[in-house]
Amino acid sequence: MSSFSVTEPTKRTKWFAGTMVIVYALITMLPLAWIMMTGFKSPADAISYPPKVVFEPTLEGYVNLFTTRTRQTEEFLAANPPETWYEEIVREYDMVIAGPSKFGERFLNSVIIGFGSTFLSIVLGTLAAYAFSRFKIPLADDLLFFILSTRMMPPIAVAIPIFLMYRQLGLSDTHLGMILLYTAVNISLAVWLLKGFIDEIPREYEEAALIDGYTRFQAFYKVVLPQAATGIASTAIFCLIFAWNEYAFAVLLTSGTAQTAPPFIPTIIGVGGLDWPAVAAGATIFLLPVMIFTILLRKHLLRGITFGAVRK
Amino acid sequence: MAEVILKNLSKSFGDQVGVEDISMTIPDGAFVVLLGPTGAGKTTTLRLISGLEKADRGEVWIGGRNVASETPAQRDVAMVFQQYSLYPHLTVRENLAFPLKSPILKTPADEITAKVDEVARVLQISHKLDNKATALSGGEMQRVSIGRALVREPSIYLMDEPLSSLDAKLRTDLRVELKRIQASLGATLLYVTHDQIEAMTMATHVGVLNDGHLVQFGTPREIYENPNSLYVASRLGLPRINVLPADVFGGVPAGTTQIGLRPEHIQQGEGQEAQVQRVEHLGDQNRLHLTLKGHPIITIADPATDYPTGTTLRIAPKNPLCFDAAGNRIR
Repeated sequence: MSSFSVTEPTKRTKWFAGTMVIVYALITMLPLAWIMMTGFKSPADAISYPPKVVFEPTLEGYVNLFTTRTRQTEEFLAANPPETWYEEIVREYDMVIAGPSKFGERFLNSVIIGFGSTFLSIVLGTLAAYAFSRFKIPLADDLLFFILSTRMMPPIAVAIPIFLMYRQLGLSDTHLGMILLYTAVNISLAVWLLKGFIDEIPREYEEAALIDGYTRFQAFYKVVLPQAATGIASTAIFCLIFAWNEYAFAVLLTSGTAQTAPPFIPTIIGVGGLDWPAVAAGATIFLLPVMIFTILLRKHLLRGITFGAVRK
Repeated sequence: MAEVILKNLSKSFGDQVGVEDISMTIPDGAFVVLLGPTGAGKTTTLRLISGLEKADRGEVWIGGRNVASETPAQRDVAMVFQQYSLYPHLTVRENLAFPLKSPILKTPADEITAKVDEVARVLQISHKLDNKATALSGGEMQRVSIGRALVREPSIYLMDEPLSSLDAKLRTDLRVELKRIQASLGATLLYVTHDQIEAMTMATHVGVLNDGHLVQFGTPREIYENPNSLYVASRLGLPRINVLPADVFGGVPAGTTQIGLRPEHIQQGEGQEAQVQRVEHLGDQNRLHLTLKGHPIITIADPATDYPTGTTLRIAPKNPLCFDAAGNRIR
């Protein structure tokens, strides 16, 4: 290239930008990679010093994550040879599998509560944001500020009132209770983000639809929603990430039926010593849904973050 | 198609007047053009008729019904917006079919296809039917937005400067085509424009708006030849009407402070001396830019005339329009 161009990067800038991205990606991905590797290590390898980068992979962590085990006498072990590959792994420690662990259930709880509250936040948030964007609402600015102000203190500051309220209402340790709680926290974010997106959609589209024979709700559904898809997708990712990772309220308000994965995973540590590979395996599996969800919506996410930055 | 009547229609936006006390009858099958500068209330009038705005006072009657309590969908109007407002997530075909698929019309699929194809053919966008609405040029978008109105047969078509972003040739073609469609359907049409040729050639009636008031309503000829104020006179005519103090030529009725001279109402060869500043050759005619006692004047001459700058010409008014100090016509 001989001539200078404003839009076309030079080789050097390209090379520099590429290096920066790779370095940054390495820094952010290293802890993740370490967790994923630890999941395939044996307990001894996991705590060895200096840390092992090269090791013999084993599924022990995953087996321990999904099962509960008991120690048995040598006579019992001799009389009952292992039948499956995962029983063999356990036998190395003179143990037998007593049954499945609670991880599956807890993981399912996370899915139900995470996606349930995200769905609810998005539905309510979109409708509220549309109303704020399009209708003359008395004290709209104050209401919006009030909605946002719910985010201004750490949610855990109201943990005790919520705990007491939930006990009274019978919402403690229920899916509904957790969905409502996460929705309440997320909805302020959802309303604000989505209002921004809907503000950007010109009113003329709906007006055209109104004249073309549609009702207000049909115009919203057929014209506004498709155009807000980008905003909805990126808002949904933010909501899901919050609800998925939330720990403090999950510890406080759930113990059994509705317990999510985040408070469950650390309890593995307490069962039979520091089983880091099992914790790491749990964390790895726990990461997957958000990762998949984000990858599926990443086209929207990227557009969503830069949306409104460039005026047409 | 239907007659549309506006009765004392008023609408303000905060302390800004949109329209004030507008009364107008748009006869069934008429092509009414609204003229006026930006902010005169042309678009507001369209929006009040369509139901996108609610009138502060006054009534809108469409086909004998007072539509005050009806939604835009129930009013049975079609509107072409100035900014096209095509649905960006739909293709051109889907855009054109959108009004036909509405719960109010519920047109059968084969009829939709037939109507959309017909309108696309008329507007010369058949080859773009499967494009996304956003993948069109400005002129194509404008044609699709006209097409989205034409697929329907509403009580009235409302069009807000529908030809403004087309190139000259297409604009002429579509002007003729729109007029033909309107005449053959017997459609009632209310049309907002700045373009005097559109107003003169298409309209059966012209309404002139100023600051939200309807200042004159009549046939294009009446508006052009018999304006009731200087404001109306200056809305039509290209080059614009020349405005001069009454004493430049004299011989005017009492009370006249200024006279309006259309370029073709200036006789050359006798009268006062004027200097030629510039000659514009337009092909079919020449425009002469003159100064008369320091006042600029534009008149027309046949294409063969050519005067060097500074030439002195004698000119005299022919049927001047006389106005008082407030700009009202003195007859």
